[in-house]
Amino acid sequence: MELSGGEILVQCLIDEGVEYIFGYPGGAVLHIYDALFKQDKVKHILVRHEQGATHAADGYARSSGKPGVVLVTSGPGATNAVTGIATAHMDSIPMVILSGQVPMAVIGSDAFQEADIVGITRPCVKHNFLVKDVTKLAATIKQAFYLATTGRPGPVLVDVPKNLTDPRVKVPYEYPSSVSLRSYNPHVKGHRWQIKKAVDLLLAAKRPMFYTGGGIVLGEASAELTELTRLLGYPITNTLMGLGAYPGTDKQFVGMLGMHGTYEANMAMHECDVLFAAGARFDDRITGIIAEFCPYAKVIHIDVDPSSISKNVRVDIPIVGEVKLVLAEMLELIKASDKQPDAEALAEWWKQIDTWRGLDSLGFDRNADVIKPQYVVEQLWEMTHGDAYVTSDVGQHQMWAAQFYKFDKPRRWINSGGLGTMGFGLPAAIGTKLAFPDADVFCITGEASIQMCIQELATARQYRTGIKIVNLNNGYMGMVRQWQEFSYGSRYSQTYLETLPDFVKLAESYGHVGIRIDKRSDVRAALEEAYRQKDRTVFLDFHTDPTENVYPMIEAGKAHHDMRLAPGVNIDTELA
Amino acid sequence: MSHIISILIENESGALSRVSGLFSARGYNIESLTVAATQDPTLSRMTLVTSGSDEIIEQITKQLNKLIDVVKLIDISEFTHIERELMMVKTRATNGGREEIKRLAEIFRGNILDVTPTTYIIEITGEKSKLDAFLHTVGEENIIEVVRSGTTGILRGERGLSV
Repeated sequence: MELSGGEILVQCLIDEGVEYIFGYPGGAVLHIYDALFKQDKVKHILVRHEQGATHAADGYARSSGKPGVVLVTSGPGATNAVTGIATAHMDSIPMVILSGQVPMAVIGSDAFQEADIVGITRPCVKHNFLVKDVTKLAATIKQAFYLATTGRPGPVLVDVPKNLTDPRVKVPYEYPSSVSLRSYNPHVKGHRWQIKKAVDLLLAAKRPMFYTGGGIVLGEASAELTELTRLLGYPITNTLMGLGAYPGTDKQFVGMLGMHGTYEANMAMHECDVLFAAGARFDDRITGIIAEFCPYAKVIHIDVDPSSISKNVRVDIPIVGEVKLVLAEMLELIKASDKQPDAEALAEWWKQIDTWRGLDSLGFDRNADVIKPQYVVEQLWEMTHGDAYVTSDVGQHQMWAAQFYKFDKPRRWINSGGLGTMGFGLPAAIGTKLAFPDADVFCITGEASIQMCIQELATARQYRTGIKIVNLNNGYMGMVRQWQEFSYGSRYSQTYLETLPDFVKLAESYGHVGIRIDKRSDVRAALEEAYRQKDRTVFLDFHTDPTENVYPMIEAGKAHHDMRLAPGVNIDTELA
Repeated sequence: MSHIISILIENESGALSRVSGLFSARGYNIESLTVAATQDPTLSRMTLVTSGSDEIIEQITKQLNKLIDVVKLIDISEFTHIERELMMVKTRATNGGREEIKRLAEIFRGNILDVTPTTYIIEITGEKSKLDAFLHTVGEENIIEVVRSGTTGILRGERGLSV
């Protein structure tokens, strides 16, 4: 089969089984768009800004587990995509970005819409390519998908100069069936001896703690993790990225940990004697001050990426390997072992944890007239029976969503954890809805974040993706305001948004349904109204308590046991 | 302590900037970096001299290994090895100093590559410390220009770095 470069690109996507490509046309990709026009297997989703394309592809990838695919033009098209690429990179999301480039003859001449996107994205991709020969296009695309989806996943960018896609130049096409790279061998089984040592340490623990992250979700290891945790009866906490990997409603789950984790999760981290970390990377939002991190614990760490191990925290038993395989091997060893967890010590440990739990560190005023943002998330969770896909932006609403929507399944919670990208939630919800058209998809956001990619409301209209936007509108960039209240003497520098749009009218102008909610008593009815309108995008503008803060909070430079609790919560009296 | 990391890397455009970019992005030091193709033209060999605590060196080698283009690497300073650097020095060579500098070059087993009525260009190869010692001995006031290649190195014996 002889094809042009543009046709080759499209045929590669078809052969790769790509369902959707998120993109925006422009000069350098005109040939590719013409090839897309002539087929109907790969569906193109036209976004309104390239950042939206990357976030939508990202949401598609996070929810489905399949790589997200993006197509942008050269220069500004590619640079607009950078934030979304960096977002995917920080959270290890498989993504393939095809960017147009100016023709090879003018590369380096500061041509119109030229940018060195391979250079610009180098620090925020797993790998990238500039293709210089049309006969190498198919092999490069195959490599890009292979790299993006294996090992520790991540975004891979392929930059394609316009002359390579010239419809007049046809070359033989064959999509490679496999890839072999001498410098990249991603499939790793854990070291048997290390795994055995880890099992021995786990079984000897008096105060064990499981701490697992996004790697469990990415590595499809939720079933193995759940079985192992239940078999041992140990407490487990999940990171922001790992929520849903272990059922959030299970009694062994002590809530999220870290800066806005629960009291019981953080205290258990501080006091544990064996820390079992799997698919987590000891991020600074998790550890608090490193010098006082888990001071009594021996640490076991499983990760597919050797560079994650002993990067921030020194590890006693490192295991490099795919977490699914390692956990399965641990299960096998534990089942065959004649040793049992120390039941007496474990009972004592659970008693201590339950005492901490008794503090109810996520408590808030459920009877207030004003709408408490936590109440909205809690009601949403109840109404959807914890079974919706929830995307979020970044800030207070993100933390409340993480704290109050108890995810029982992996891939239901879709948020930008590493880069913390405001503007992520809406396009990610569109991508999620495309991956699961029959599912309920909610975007929990705030009035500041939502405006960063608000133009994607048009995309939601064009493709009739019936998503529900839960806007927790407190009139401030809430998380920044909170820090200013705590650490800057309530000097609210540039965090008050004085000229907010009327979100109801805005939603309506895009052809959606908009509802404004001001009273607590109207919250549930509004959520149910949105829920009923399955096929419509509904924008719920909840006007919430502007003074509400996210608690608990580990402030900068503090350790896990040194949390700021909500006003009125007194550890000494409540735990006495 | 300085570490000498030898890297086999795919001979692709941009491979060098992936390595140097990694160092600047993560705040690691590079004392020197040399690179050239090997007998296999698809591979480049890079020698990188860096310094840091054991933890930092461990991270550096892990992060380098994570680069897709890196095929193999080894910290040769952990094994018995030979290291060499090449230097060319342009010195003043006038009147009384002329003989003295020639003699110093001989002591350091240097070659004089270029002679003019007022200058020499001297080539010296050796470990970094030898090159430093030569410059010190010649004296700053006599040096017009110094060019150094940066350290390269190779393991002694059977052991080596190859694919």
